[in-house]
Amino acid sequence: MLPTSPPEMGATRLQSRRAFIALFATPASLSACRGTNTASSAQTTPEPEPRVSAESNDVVMFAASSLTLVLDKMWQAFRMQPGNEGLAFTANYGSSSQLRTQLQEGAEADIFASADVAQMEQVAKAGLVDGNATVFARNRLVVIVPKGNPGKVTTLADLAKPGVKFVTTPPDVPIGAYARASLKKLASDTANGNGYDAKVLANIVSEEANVRQVVVKVQLGEADAGICYATDVTTVPAGEVTTIDIPDSANVVAEYPIAILKSAKAPAAARRLISFINSPSGQSILVAAKFKPA
Amino acid sequence: MTPGMPRWTPITAAISVGAFIGIPTVALLMRAVAVDPFATASRPDALGAAFWLSVTTSLVTLVIAIIVGTPAAFALARVPFPGRGLANALVDVPVILPPAVAGLALLLAFGRRGLAGSWLADAGITLAFSTTGVVLAQCFVSIPFYVRTVRAAFLRADRDLEAAAMIDGATGWGAFRHVTVPLARPALVAGGVLCWSRAMGEFGATLMFAGSLRGRTQTMPLAIYALLESDLDGAVLLGGTFVVVAVGILGVTAFVTGRQPRAE
Repeated sequence: MLPTSPPEMGATRLQSRRAFIALFATPASLSACRGTNTASSAQTTPEPEPRVSAESNDVVMFAASSLTLVLDKMWQAFRMQPGNEGLAFTANYGSSSQLRTQLQEGAEADIFASADVAQMEQVAKAGLVDGNATVFARNRLVVIVPKGNPGKVTTLADLAKPGVKFVTTPPDVPIGAYARASLKKLASDTANGNGYDAKVLANIVSEEANVRQVVVKVQLGEADAGICYATDVTTVPAGEVTTIDIPDSANVVAEYPIAILKSAKAPAAARRLISFINSPSGQSILVAAKFKPA
Repeated sequence: MTPGMPRWTPITAAISVGAFIGIPTVALLMRAVAVDPFATASRPDALGAAFWLSVTTSLVTLVIAIIVGTPAAFALARVPFPGRGLANALVDVPVILPPAVAGLALLLAFGRRGLAGSWLADAGITLAFSTTGVVLAQCFVSIPFYVRTVRAAFLRADRDLEAAAMIDGATGWGAFRHVTVPLARPALVAGGVLCWSRAMGEFGATLMFAGSLRGRTQTMPLAIYALLESDLDGAVLLGGTFVVVAVGILGVTAFVTGRQPRAE
């Protein structure tokens, strides 16, 4: 038999339970008060706004891993806007293909921000998107090598040298698809030699889960080279990696679509966040992180 | 009859635990048998490569565990030497370390710029991104399981029987072979099974240290993880295969050791 608490504990138990409820009720009623507009300020009892009971305060976003640092900055700025103080932000970062799989298998979120159109299209095809997806940012690719350049990779042609340890992701992760497309474009440039892209792909020593893992392997000096987004370089401490540029003729424009999902529990807040991201202030935060505007 | 509680309490508990483990296992197997291994062009190659890589690397790890781990466990249990306390504590570290942290530690130790790795690199040996790196990562996380189990058995062993054998003329090594080891055999087998299954299931440390490349470093857990995004049915099939292999090994071990839980 489980031990029962002595009778005199009952009174204190009830008090603590009341305090517990009061603790949670107070912020809810306070946020309700904040929501009332000036027209009803003459009322003595504030009425709760419908959205507090109908909508969650937590905006859940599934976002491509290349957005990791810029979205935090974006949220800080968004939260400072009037009416957003009570909102919380939960971000689930991963490769867009991994996030797409999670959504397809029933995960619920307010917003999906993908690093390529292909993953967003699959999510839309599964009937999970509310409305249309819009492109909110663009990115381009660069080659990175570690400090000290252990693989002696100084030009794009060096990537095809046998023995170079090249890391990328599987082709269904956006950066993997973009990288292979870019290598194919470089292969058609006669200066790089025949079968350039095949030679570089033969140098793959590991297919990492997402672009951040690729950056880490290069940063640690384990890999000789990797292809990542131009924005990823800004997140690495200065000097730890060196960039080799891919010319525009061979580069790809990575398009980032964003959409509200049908499973959204905070759709109004999510819409405001997407509007903010597309607004000049939001776009300037993206540009500061080296993204290209929509 | 267990004293102090009605008989249905432990039975209900056992059934609950069984159901908790059984339902996901059955769910996986049910979906796995419905998958056609040849439905996509890449599926048989990816699954086969991952399967054989997992089996060979984990068996190599097991052999290393037995050859190196058995005398190490004996020393930790019986032979006083300076630093034994520290060694005993170190053996427990990989068990509590999260696998991704273990992988990071291995990189910082044996990676190209690592503490020991930079020396190896100068000698032309690179362990990261290689099958050897997979075995290294598996050894790091799973040999402690073997050593801990066997060490406990050696600590529990009846010294009187060994002493009796030696009084009757056996050498130290003879006593070890013919008395200590047979007595510790259940623990050796249990330790081996623990070590092998931990090595087969290793994911975080191999991914960080050895990377993931089909045929070279992509073991079954890594292949399942990669297939989740590109070929979900293939992941399910490989997961089901894993379960069948694991249950098979456990069954064979139980049969070989002839151990049955004894009624009180």
